[in-house]
Amino acid sequence: MNLILFTFIVLLGFTSYYFGRKKAYTIQYTKKRLTALPQFYGYYLAIWCAIPAFIIFSLWAIFEPTIVKLLILSDYSNQGYLDNELNLIYEKIKSLSRGQFTGEITPFIEASAKKYINLRSIAQSSKVVIVLSAIIASGAYAYKRISSNSRTREPVEKFLKAVLFTASLAAILTTVGIIFSLIFQTIDFFKVIPLFDFVFGTHWYPAKAFVRDSSEALDPSMYSDTFGAVPIFAGTFFIAFIAMCVAIPIGLMSGIYLAEYASIKVRQYAKPLIEILAGIPTVVYGFFAALTVGPFLKEIGNSMGLDVSAESALAAGGVMGIMIIPFISSLSDDVITSVPQSLRDGSYAMGATKSETIKKVIFPAALPGIVGSILLGVSRAIGETMIVVMASGLAANLTLNPLESTSTITAQIVVILIGDQAFGDPKTQAAFALGMSLFLVTLCLNIVALRVVKKYREKYE
Amino acid sequence: MIKISSKNVDVFYGKKQALFNINLDIEENQVTALIGPSGCGKSTFLRCLNRMNDVIDICRVKGQIIINDFDINDKSCDVVRLREKIGMVFQKPNPFPKTIYENISYGPTIHGMAQSKNEMDEIVETSLKKAALWEEVQDRLHEPGTGLSGGQQQRLCIARAISVKPEVILMDEPCSALDPIATAQIEELIDELKKDHTIIIVTHSMAQAARVSQNTGFFHLGELIEHGSTDKIFKNPENKKTQDYITGRFG
Repeated sequence: MNLILFTFIVLLGFTSYYFGRKKAYTIQYTKKRLTALPQFYGYYLAIWCAIPAFIIFSLWAIFEPTIVKLLILSDYSNQGYLDNELNLIYEKIKSLSRGQFTGEITPFIEASAKKYINLRSIAQSSKVVIVLSAIIASGAYAYKRISSNSRTREPVEKFLKAVLFTASLAAILTTVGIIFSLIFQTIDFFKVIPLFDFVFGTHWYPAKAFVRDSSEALDPSMYSDTFGAVPIFAGTFFIAFIAMCVAIPIGLMSGIYLAEYASIKVRQYAKPLIEILAGIPTVVYGFFAALTVGPFLKEIGNSMGLDVSAESALAAGGVMGIMIIPFISSLSDDVITSVPQSLRDGSYAMGATKSETIKKVIFPAALPGIVGSILLGVSRAIGETMIVVMASGLAANLTLNPLESTSTITAQIVVILIGDQAFGDPKTQAAFALGMSLFLVTLCLNIVALRVVKKYREKYE
Repeated sequence: MIKISSKNVDVFYGKKQALFNINLDIEENQVTALIGPSGCGKSTFLRCLNRMNDVIDICRVKGQIIINDFDINDKSCDVVRLREKIGMVFQKPNPFPKTIYENISYGPTIHGMAQSKNEMDEIVETSLKKAALWEEVQDRLHEPGTGLSGGQQQRLCIARAISVKPEVILMDEPCSALDPIATAQIEELIDELKKDHTIIIVTHSMAQAARVSQNTGFFHLGELIEHGSTDKIFKNPENKKTQDYITGRFG
C-alpha cells in the first residue's frame, strides 16, 4: 500500500512537470514574455505537487506506529504492567493481528488485536486521503500561480540548493553520529580501565577479561595488565612502516616512469594495469599473504637457518605495501603530469638532462602532492584490516622482529567483536577505545596531508 | 659575421610538414627578428636551433643547422653542451618554483661552472645585473621567484638564460604576456644584451621587430618568404606577401 502511494506521488510529480510546462507554453503562445524558461514552470509545479505530499507521507510513516501503539496500550495502562511486559503484550497483539500467533490467547488480547487491525486500516485510508488532498491542494495552488509574471526560477533554484544541502548534511551527520558513539563507549571503557594503563601498558590480552563472569566484571583490579595497548600500537605502526618501505619506492618510481619516461602507448596500457591492483579486494590480498607469501618467507628463512613464523609482520606488511603501490603511483603520476610543461622546457633549455630535470625541478614542484599521496597511503596502511587478520597473526607480541607475528589495532578490533560479546563489557568497549584511537590517528594524518597539499598548491603558476 | 646558418631545414610533426626548406643565416652580435602570422613555423624554427624539438616525440628535423662550423643535427652533437651555448627565453615567464637565487644558480650548477659559493654568488649577481633585475631583488634573493611580477619573472628567466654565458639567446615571444612598461624594459635589455650575445627573437608585434632588430625574417605557412635587414624588410620589401603582412593586410 505504501509502495503504491509512493509510486503514485512520484508519477504525479512527473506528470505535473508536463502540465506546468504546457501551461507555460500556452502563456508563451499568447505572445507574453515569460520570466523563466518553460522547464522551470514544470519543475515548479512538480515540486509543489510532490514535496508537501511526500513530507506528509514520511511524517506519517514515522509517527503512525507510535500513535497506534499508544492507543492500544492505553487499555492496559492501569493494570500494573511493567514496561517490558507491555512491549511483550504489544508484540503478541501484533502477531495475532497477522494471524501468526499460536500461543495462549486471552479474550482481552484478542479484542485488542481486532482494535489494532481496525486502527491500522483507518490509519491507512486516512493517510491516502490526506496525502492525495495535499497533492491536489498544493498542486492546484501552484498551478494557479503560474502566470506570465510569476517567479518560478528562484524557488526552483532554492529548492535544488536545499536538496544538495540536505545531501551533504546527511553525510556530515553520519560522521558526527559515528564519532559520538565511539566517544561514549570509549568514555565508559576508560571508567573501568585507567587511560594510563591503556596508553602505556605493554600487555594486551583482552580474552582474559571475557572469561570472568559478569558479577565480577566491574572490579578494575581484574583488568590490570590486560588492556595495555602499546604492543598493538607498535604492531600497527611497524606493519605500516614495512608496507610503506615497499610502497613508497616502488610506487614513486613507477609513477615517475609513467609520467616522464613512458611513451603514450605504454602509459595507456600500464596505468590501468597498475590501477587494477587497487581494485583487488583486500581479502584476496589477505590470502595471498597468508597462503603464498607467508609460507614462502618461512621456507626461505628456514633454508637460511632463520626462525620465521608462518604468520609474520613481514608477510603482512609486504603484501599491504603491494596493495598501496597503485595509490602512490597513480596519485604521484597525476601530480607529476600536472607540473606545467613550461617548467620542463625551461630546464631542458638550460641544458639539463631528463634525470636532472626530474630531480631538481619536477620532483620539488610535485613534492606536496607526492607527500599527500604518501600520507594517504599511510592512513590506508594503518586502517587496513583483512591482510593483517589473515597474515600476521592475532597474538599481540611486542616485537620489532619482522619475522615474528604481531598484531594491529584493526585486527584486535576484529578479534574482540567476533563471536560472543556483551555490551557494557570492558572487552567490547576496548574495541571502541581502539577504534577511537585509530580514528584519531588517521584523522591527524589526513588533516596533515590536506594541509601540506593546500599550502604548496599555488607554488607554481 | 655569420653565427648560425641553416641549410635546407625541413620539420615534420608526424606526417604534417611544418617547415619547408629554410635557408637562413644569422649574424653574430645582432638581433634577428622572426615575424609572421600564427602557425607560420617561426617558433618551430627557433626551437630547431637548440634542438628543443627533441622533447616532442613526433617531431623530426631534416637538413643542416651549422653553428660554429658544426652541424647540431649531427649524431655526435651533445645536446647538453649545445643548450649551454644556446639559451632560451619562453613566451610565458617560467621561473622554477624555487628561490630567485636558485633559479639563477640552476644552470651553472648543472654545468659545474662554479667551484665555490663565492663564485656562484658572483655569477648570480652579474646575471641579475645584466638582466637589469639586481636593484629590485638584491634584498630578496632567497624568496621564491614565482612571487615576482610578470615582467620581473621574465627578466629573471633572461637572467637564468645568461647565467651560463650562452653565445646565442633564443627568445620566443618574450613580451607577449607582459604589459607595455615591462615590454619596454625587456626591449631595452635586448639591445644591451646584443653586445655579448647573438639574439634571435620571435615576435608577433611588428613594431617590436622594427624597434629591436637589425635583421628580420618573414615566415608564412612554413616557408621563409623573405629575409634581410630590418630596414629593408619594413621600408622596401621585395615580396608582395611581406608587404601585405607589414602593412597589416593579413595576419
